[in-house]
Order: sequence, then C-alpha cells, then structure tokens
Amino acid sequence: MSTSSVSKGCFVFKPSAKKKKTLSLEDHFIHGCEGADESKTRFNQCQDLWDQIKTDTELLQDELNTKILDSLLDFTRKCSSTRQHNDWASHMRASEIPTAALVLGVNVPDHDMTFQSLSELLRQSVTPHVASVQAKECGALKHLIKRVLERLLGTDVTVDDDEEEETEQTSAPLHKSVHCSLSTLCDWYTMNTKKSYSLTPGKKRSSPVKDDLQQPPIVIIFKDLEAFNARVLQDFILICSRYIERLPLMFIFGIATSPSTIQHMLPHSVSSLLCIELFQSLSCTQHLATVIDKLILTTHFPFKLNGKVMQVLISIFLYHDFSVRNFIKGVQLALLEHFHSQPLSVLCCRKKEALLNVMQLGHQDLERIRQLPSFKRYVEKQEPQEQEHLLTDDTHLKEVCRRLIKDLRKYHKHYYPTLRCLHTLTSSLPRYPLGKQIRELHLICLEKNVWENEEYQSAMKLLKMMAKDELISLLKKCAEILQHSKSKNMKSALLLLEAMLAKFKQLDTVVAEPPPPAEESITSPVKNLQKKMDLFQLQKALLEMNESRRSKKLSPFEVLRNEALQFIDSLVQSHLSPPESQTLYEVCYYSSSATVRRHLNAAPRTSIQAALNSPFYYLQNDRLKSEDGSVSNAAPDICIVYKLHLECGRLINLFDWLEAFATVVSAAEGNDPDSDSFGKVDDVKHARFIRAVSELEFLGFIKSTKQKTDHVARITWGGC
Amino acid sequence: MSALLQQPGYEEERLQTVSKKLPCREVQAGMLLSLMGQPHQYSYPSIFIYGHQSSGKSHVLNVLLKELELPHATVSFVECVSVALLFEQVLLSFFGCDAASLLPRSPSLSDFVRIYRQQSSQSPAKQTRYIVMEKAELLRDSDANLLPALLRLQELVEDNVTVILLSEIVWDRFRPNTGCFEPLLLHFPDYSKGELQHILAQDRNPSYSDEFYSAYINILLGVFYSVCRDLRELRHLAALNFSKFCEPLAEGKVKETDTHKLWRNIEPHLKKAMQTVYLREVSSLQWEQMQQMEEKENGAVRGLSAHTHVELPYYSKFLLIAAYLASFNPARTDKRFFVKHHGKIKKTNFLKKNEKTSNHLLGPKPFPLDRLLAIFYSVVDSRVAPTASIFSQISSLVTLQLLTQVSHGDQIDAPKYKCAVSMDFICAISRTVNFEIIKYLYDFL
Repeated sequence: MSTSSVSKGCFVFKPSAKKKKTLSLEDHFIHGCEGADESKTRFNQCQDLWDQIKTDTELLQDELNTKILDSLLDFTRKCSSTRQHNDWASHMRASEIPTAALVLGVNVPDHDMTFQSLSELLRQSVTPHVASVQAKECGALKHLIKRVLERLLGTDVTVDDDEEEETEQTSAPLHKSVHCSLSTLCDWYTMNTKKSYSLTPGKKRSSPVKDDLQQPPIVIIFKDLEAFNARVLQDFILICSRYIERLPLMFIFGIATSPSTIQHMLPHSVSSLLCIELFQSLSCTQHLATVIDKLILTTHFPFKLNGKVMQVLISIFLYHDFSVRNFIKGVQLALLEHFHSQPLSVLCCRKKEALLNVMQLGHQDLERIRQLPSFKRYVEKQEPQEQEHLLTDDTHLKEVCRRLIKDLRKYHKHYYPTLRCLHTLTSSLPRYPLGKQIRELHLICLEKNVWENEEYQSAMKLLKMMAKDELISLLKKCAEILQHSKSKNMKSALLLLEAMLAKFKQLDTVVAEPPPPAEESITSPVKNLQKKMDLFQLQKALLEMNESRRSKKLSPFEVLRNEALQFIDSLVQSHLSPPESQTLYEVCYYSSSATVRRHLNAAPRTSIQAALNSPFYYLQNDRLKSEDGSVSNAAPDICIVYKLHLECGRLINLFDWLEAFATVVSAAEGNDPDSDSFGKVDDVKHARFIRAVSELEFLGFIKSTKQKTDHVARITWGGC
Repeated sequence: MSALLQQPGYEEERLQTVSKKLPCREVQAGMLLSLMGQPHQYSYPSIFIYGHQSSGKSHVLNVLLKELELPHATVSFVECVSVALLFEQVLLSFFGCDAASLLPRSPSLSDFVRIYRQQSSQSPAKQTRYIVMEKAELLRDSDANLLPALLRLQELVEDNVTVILLSEIVWDRFRPNTGCFEPLLLHFPDYSKGELQHILAQDRNPSYSDEFYSAYINILLGVFYSVCRDLRELRHLAALNFSKFCEPLAEGKVKETDTHKLWRNIEPHLKKAMQTVYLREVSSLQWEQMQQMEEKENGAVRGLSAHTHVELPYYSKFLLIAAYLASFNPARTDKRFFVKHHGKIKKTNFLKKNEKTSNHLLGPKPFPLDRLLAIFYSVVDSRVAPTASIFSQISSLVTLQLLTQVSHGDQIDAPKYKCAVSMDFICAISRTVNFEIIKYLYDFL
C-alpha cells in the first residue's frame, strides 16, 4: 500500500479484508509466547483453570453474601407486607419510605458484584421493579429521576431541556417517550399492577408469596451514597415521600464508610421521612481470608503462587485497596503470565493429564527441564551413573519426571493439612508469634524452613506451657483437620494423634495420684511471681519455673505434652519445607513478583523519570547507551534539558539553561569546540529548547514563577 | 372561638364540614375565604402564605379547595425539575390532557401564556381558578422571570386566576431586585401546645375512651413538645408508643383512670424514644420489635451513629492522617514537625499566641496536594513508591467524603483539599496504626 504519485494530496486507503479479522484471545496468547508448540494446550489449560477459579470465587461470594442478602430480602418483604395492614396504628403512622442502609466497607470495586446479585435476587423473589443508580450519572435531580424512570419503565424519558435528545426524535413514534416526573411512574405502576393482577395473578410466581406481590414494591438502589450530591438526594426523597401513599417505594443505600453519613447528608426534616434499618456486610479482610482459604490453600488448583508474589498481592490488598476483586484479578494475571512465559507449564494441570503430558514432551522441553535449577539440584544428589542417565536418556528422564510430579502433588497434599494444624495451634497464642491469620503463616512457610524461625521456637515454647484443657481442644481440632486428608501419611499421623489424645484422656482417669512432691520447690518461684514485673520478665520467670520443674521430675501430663509437641514438630519438619526445595516446583509456582507489581501497582512518575534519565531503556538505540548514568549528548532534547535542570536549585534561570543546552547540543553535532559558532544559540536550537522546556512543564517538573521574571521554579526533588 | 366560617356564595353545609376538618385554623381559613370572595368574583392575583413546617398551610388549602369544589391545580415546586412540568400540570388540571399536549418541547413562559389564553377563551372561567404552589422557596432558584410572571398571571392571561404560593420563609427573602407585584401576605403561626393537644386527641384509637387517649397525648406532649412541634412527627410518635402505654392496662395492673401510674410506666420509654426513634437512629419497625422484646435484649439494636468505625487500607489511613495534619497545622510549622534536623526554631517565634489553640476552632484549612504528599512520605514509616494507587486512594477518599476537594474539579494542575473528619475519628484511625497524632498537632503542643 503505497502511492507512487509525487503530487501532494489525500489518499484514501480502504482497509483490506484480511486485516479486518480480529485476533482471538488465543492468538493474543500465542503471540510472543515462549515454546510455541504446546502454546495451544497451555492456553486451553489456562482458560480451564481460570474458568474454574472464577466460578468458584463467584460461588464463594454468593455464599458469603447470602446472610446479609437474605436479611435484606426479609426486610423488603416485611415492608411491602406491613403496608397493607389496615389497623389504627398503621393508619396513624406517618408513611415512611422503608430504607435499608447497607454498609459495605470501603472496598468500592467489590460492591458491584454484591449489588448485582442483590438486584437479581430481588427480581427473582420480591419484585420485578428494581432500579439501581450511581452518583456519577445523577448530577442533577432531573438526571436522577430520568435514570430511575428509564430503568423501571425500560423506555426513553425526556428531560425537556436536554441537548442530546435530537437523536431520539426519530424513534419517538415507536417508543413513546414519557415525561420525566414521578407521576408518570405512578400512572405506569397502577396500570401495570392492575394489568398483571387481572390477567394472571401470580401465574409466573410461586403461590405462597402471591399475596405480597399484589403490590410489589419499587426498589431503588443508590450504589454509592457518599458520592451523591446531598441536595439532589434530599429533593428526590422529598418528591418520593409525596407519592409514597400511591407508590410502594423502597430505597437501598450502599454505604462505604459509616452509617452516620446518612445523618451528615440528610437533615432531620428529610431523614424523618425514611424508616432506616441498618445492614452490615462481612468485612473485606474476612472475605479475603475465605478466598485465600478456598483458592490458595488447597490442592484443588495445580497453579500456585510463590511467597513473593503472594506478598505483593496481599500487600496491595492491605495497603492500597481492600478489594477482593482486585486480588482475584491479580491471581488471574499471575496465572496468565505463568502459562504464557513458562513453557513447562503444560505440566501444571491435574495429575492424570500431567502424567500424560510428560510422556508427550519433546526433546526441547526435556532440555528445559534439565536446565531448571531445582532439577539440577536433584541431579547433583544422584549417583554419577544416574546423573549420566538423567542428562542423556530422554525416556528415563520422562520416567523420573512422572515420579517427581507425583512427589510434588504429594508434597502439596501434606503441606496444607500440616499448615492448618500448625495454624490452629499457634493462632491463639499470646502476641501471635506466627501470625493471627493463616496467610501470614503460609507466607513464612513459603519463604524458608519455618522451624528455623525464631518465632517458631518461641511459639513452641509457649505451647509447652499450655494448660491441659486448651491443649487437648487444640489437638482435637488438629485431628479434625487431618481427618479430611486422604493421603497415607496424614492418616498415619492422625492415628498417632488420636492415640495421644486417648492417652491424655487416660490421664484424667488416673488422676487420683498423690500430689507431686515437687510442690515446695515450685512455690518459691510462684512467690516471685507475685511481685510486679513486665511481660518479658514474667515470661522468663515462667520459663525458669518450667525448666526447674522439668529438671526435677516431669508429671505424666508434662511428659505427654512434650511428646505431643515433638510429634507436631516432626510433622512440621517433614511437610512444611518451602516449595523451592521441591524438584520441578517451577512447573506449578509463579515467581515473577516484579511483573505482578509492575502491572498492578504502576508507578507512572518512576517510569517517566526512568525514560528521561536513561532514554536507552525505551528507545533501544545503542548510541544512547552510557555507562556512568549520565545522559549522552545525542539523547532527545527533553532528556538533556531534564538532566541540566537536575543540577539547578529551586529557581532556574532560563538563559543560563539555554546556554548550557546549546553547548551540549553543539557537542552532539560534532562541531569543533574551538570554533566561534560552538555553543552559539541559533534559532533552531532556541526553538528546540523552548519545546523541550514546555514539555517538561507539561510533565510537571517545572512551573512558571512570579518571583523572578526570567526564571522557572523546579517542582520535583530527590530520587523520586 | 366562632366555630363557623361564613362567606356568601358557598353552601352552608360545606362550610361546616370544612371548619370541622380544620381544627385550630378557623381564623386563617376564614381570612382566606374572605380573600377569595365569592366563586365567580375575581380574586386578588397572588397570595403568599408562609409559616413553619406543618403549620397546616397545604392542609387548609387542600381542604378548602376540595370541599368547596373549586377549580384548582396543586403543584409542589420541588417536583418541577423543569418548568415544563409546572406548565403541564397546570394546563392538565384546568383544561384536560389535550391542552397539555399542545405545549411544545421545552416550552417557555410565553408558550404557556399563549396556550393558556387560547384555552381560556374557549372555556372561560366561571369560577376563580387557583394555582397552589408548594415549596415556593425553590422558585427563587429557577428562571428569573418566573416568579414575577406568576405573581401577575391574572393580568397576563386575562383570566380569573389566582396564584397561591406556600413557603416556609418570609416574603422579604423572595423579592427580586428588579421589583415585582407585591402579593398579599398571610402568616400561619405555629400551633400552640393546647392546639396540638386538641388536634392530636382527635384521632383516638377506637377501642379506648376519649379521656384515656387525651391523657396519653398530654404525657406525650410533655416529653416531646420541647424538641418537636411537627404535627406529622408527633402523630407518628403517638402511634408508635401507644401500645406500650396500654400494656399495663391489658395486663390488668391499672385502671384507665390511674394516670399517674400510667405516666410512671411510659415516661422512661418516651425519653428513650426521643433519643432513638425520633432521631431515626433505629427504624420505626425496629422500635416496635424492641417493644415486644424483653427489656434485657433491648441493648442488641444499636443506632446508626453507634457505628462510626471505618476500616481503611493502611496507606489510606496515613493519607488521611497527613491530610488532617495539613489541615490543622500552619504550613510554616511543617519544618518543625517533619524535618529531622530542623535546626533551631525560636520558641517565641514558633508559638504565636493568636495562632495557638485556635486552629481546631477555625476548622480545617485547605492545602495543596504537594504538601499532603510531603507530609505523607514523612509520617509513613516505610519507603513508599509514588504509585498510581496512592493517587487513586486520594480520590477515593474524596468520594468517601473523608476529604473534600476545595479547588474546582477542572483544575488538575494543583488540586487543593480539606480534611473533613473529626478529631475523634482521626485519633481512632491513628491508634490503629500506632501513630501518636497528638504529638504532631500544633494546637496541642
């Protein structure tokens, strides 16, 4: 596609038919993918996994929301039914608009899903008339009314002085557009209910709720109450309250902060028109905990995140947005990246398929396996002959790989129950040495051998001081966890644990023993304890006491306790090693935390600065490369100007700046430094300078100042 | 009180029912009637009625116009998102749908006048037509020519029409700069305690005697009269609490006449109602449920304002703290608080008398984004990269109304903010991140 014409003019190029074909998701995935042979299978695997994760999380979300949604539905039903009572009290009472204040927490991105399922549920079980509005589409009262009407009536609504109505004119005869007022809604409602009542009352709906539904309420959901203009909201409520006798309206306020916002936004004269009831949703941290529990800490999904990626995702959640949806998006990103960049991710799927896929690996893939650091470590541990075999014989390698994959699965099967056991034991200890939440413990375990951790030691020490009842109840919980596991190792561990629990029980029956003779020796430190001391001293004293007691003679309970803890310790040591120690862990674990961070937590300023400091990074031009971090004088003008401005103080003299610029640029042009014209400012350089400076101003590095006429002020300082 | 309204031209019986329906408003109703004159007579072009909320303005007019079957159009101005709606409703109720549909899209005042004249020439008024405008104070925000035109609509359309404006504020606040036709002013005073008692006692519960109910109303007014004179609200409260009042009666503990015992029973209950259901801390439904529950469980339902705790992401908390500091500390003291080696700052210079202790009384001051971020980076204990999500957190704090943007939204160059949270709130927030905010506040130095 080119024009051979030399004349100036406009040329029209029609897009060719071929180019029109839009790329499918798969094509995007395969494009630029490493190891293109199996990219298709990898894409499918990735897709399957994501679908599964998505449906699972959606189910989870629904489950978590059921409680609050149920109570909300109850509320709506109750409201619509009390309206029809006809006794003295309800006649006397001012008819308030029933309002549910739904406190959802500050994680605004997650609210959409909640509201969606809420309005679906409402439509299914209470009323067909549900409209939800957002603050950004309702700047003025008429827009709010318009949106509400549109959503309820399903037709166009005219607001008379709207400009964009011109397009609607043509379709006007078809859709008879209606006036933007609540009386329209009122007429529509009476017509609608009458119609449905006379035709087939409750044919579609189930019979028990039929009575309520003679007057199905109209529910209006305000998704983000805080963002609404208070004035608009007040007026809207005033209008609605004029129609409440004829129109069974109902509001749901979605509140992100605290319910007292309502009182801040609405004066008493308006809020007295409402009958506000409060509904509190699950906190987002709890939500995250369940999501992690069901999504991450399970053998269900072969795809795993390594410690650093987990850390990035969790810290984005805790530090920045509290949004579970974004967390799941992060997992999705990691999933895509993993399957995209790691050719060996073909093996990251269910056991059967993985074993099949191993057999189908080509020579190139096997070479890749040999290159894996974890595999290299494995090879080094083998006998020399075996090493030879592994590195040369492909079929043998495949056999070994099958075994290794099985081992990896087994590791996961042991890891999670053990993690949960350890968490139940340590989560109630004072000061939470291993974290309150299981995700913290998981992070520690992913990083390094947990038993070498200082916190682990102190947790164990605390456990060794635990009272009998507590310990037994905790151990029982552990036994419950182990019961769910099906692997052999865990079953045998369960048997051991149960035997130990039985022994603890026996202690109870044989408790009639004479009191331990060590009584006297213990009393003296106990006396010490009565003195005032801080927590640290207390702990120390207690430890000493423990020590002395042990050195004397251990009671049978203490012996048993130590035995139990030793057992737990051995369990931890054998199953909670970090994934990096496992051979072939790279297949399942995604480890590029930098990529995730770059994508999810972008730093625009840093990248601009990187571009200005080292243009080579973006332009990929070898001439721009320089070793000592200085900008080569062949760099784009803006980079030179930027570099020069870094050397200045708060106020920059424009003329000096221009001179310096001209010198640098002349050097780049290869002019003779001794010649007269060197460093002279000519028109072109002047123009280039002006442009660069205005670009810099646009990027927000400098601004004009009134303090001195020919100066500009610098805005940024320091490294960032 | 001369109970009967008298005005020639109306049926005697009708006037009687009207006066029955308007207890304690006979004077005003009589005044209105005499202003309106006989149905066929021309009335004064515009009447302005003002009085507090629920002093019976709309009620009196509605009853008069309905019972005497006078042609009228009642419009609440709050509903009129555009003037077209106002015109349409007026035409609709005077001349039927056909006339209303004659209005062009986005009609102007002259369109309205034109169509009105056209219609009224076809069906001239035999009786005075009334246009009642509720919430007339909103008229001031609409087009400048609307109010003056409405005031002399009679002249404009050359028809026997009277415009009645109802408002909660006085006429002086309405009068446009350019001057206008002065309407007749009519004031509706608040109901006195006796009048309230009289009105409320009228809607008694059919299963109880008159005296019993009026005793109840007496007790109710004794508690609520000092805080609330809104008839609607009082009636609502009366309905909500009546069942509790009757409780000892149903149990057979006291007789209907034993007012003192009944008072002892109900008074604490009403006091509690004043703190909860009257302020809409709990809903009326919840209040009724609470009454049915045992006393012990009553604590279970907490009011709206009891939930003040807000969970925020870690950096949002620090951003909010930084915003609070920026709002309540003078900018020149930042160096003292946030620079490690700030050198010597003279104490006398630093602590200016007039600035001291006054910052919290004066309320938050605006600050630029740069200052917020500078303070943020110095109070947060770890190194934070200036990522996009830090900036988006600022804007989400604005949407949550914890910060307010002072400068106009268009100005993206150097936005200014104010911190909109209270001292208690920020103290609670900083406690969760172990930050001693008091040490950093100039007022508490």
